[in-house]
Amino acid sequence: MASARRFIALFAACLGLAFALGPARAGEAQPVAADPALETRVMALAGELRCVVCQNETLAASQAELARDLRAQIRSQMREGRSDAEVRDFMVARYGQFVLYRPPLQASTWLLWLGPFALLALAAWGWRQQMRGSPDATNARDEEHLQR
Amino acid sequence: MSEPLQTNSKTPPANPRRIWRMALPLAVFAALVLVLGLGLRHDPRELPSPLVGRPAPAFRVPTLVGKTPQLALEDLRGQVWMLNVWASWCTACRIEHPTLMDFAGTGALPVYGLNYKDKNPEALRWLVDHGDPYQASLSDPDGRLGLEFGVYGVPETFLIDREGVVRFKHVGPLTPQVLQDEVMPLVRRLRG
Repeated sequence: MASARRFIALFAACLGLAFALGPARAGEAQPVAADPALETRVMALAGELRCVVCQNETLAASQAELARDLRAQIRSQMREGRSDAEVRDFMVARYGQFVLYRPPLQASTWLLWLGPFALLALAAWGWRQQMRGSPDATNARDEEHLQR
Repeated sequence: MSEPLQTNSKTPPANPRRIWRMALPLAVFAALVLVLGLGLRHDPRELPSPLVGRPAPAFRVPTLVGKTPQLALEDLRGQVWMLNVWASWCTACRIEHPTLMDFAGTGALPVYGLNYKDKNPEALRWLVDHGDPYQASLSDPDGRLGLEFGVYGVPETFLIDREGVVRFKHVGPLTPQVLQDEVMPLVRRLRG
């Protein structure tokens, strides 16, 4: 009986703590811009663009100064009413295809897109050849002979 | 039936199929080494600039020091010129600076500066302390012009032809080798 009461008290305390922490954390995550919808769009696009000075980070994740500048650039262009595609083209025109984390399928990127599938097909072909037993049906027979 | 099989097991037949089977993994491995080896030699920091071969972005900005208070792209039309992006906070620029001073001193090519995300007093003091190789330095305190040129790592150097088309970009400090082996041959060709 006492243990049940202790359990309820503990449960209530946890619940209380969760409620107390919840709003506090929401407060920390206030959007930077006055317009949260715009900020969501900015960060969504920035998440698809590579930071050129810290190449394994996205523009959204990077704390580099250049990344901050480019995010500001995206924000101001979107505020002027430019579409995502227009902003993306602006970045590509200045920093090249390299900034795109989702490169388009074109002559220079077909190897990137199709290469893995080609490798997979090659491996499948090799495996099939192996299983067909040309190798080593004869080998196995040889071994049988030697054992006898 | 059993006779030939036994001789086979002692001396493997020069079966072309078998040789192929043994050579294939080796060939695949060699190809992989080649591809990865090339990848190692490639510097990921040097991005091909999409600007090369395209007109330089138009600008009209104040200059830091120079004969004119403002400078525009059109003012430089008709000559082959160099644009060197620099800043007083940039340590690699200090490494590059003696090379640039020597090069500008030869008068081989007009060199203009782009003072990128810098404060004017600090930039001016830097030029006094280390020497000023530039005909003029474009002032770009907020990095807007740098963005138009796709600047991402200072120092950067561009070569712009008579029609205002970007012909060459170098990221990182210029060296006498780069100037001698890449810049000057290109300049001669652009003038020729």
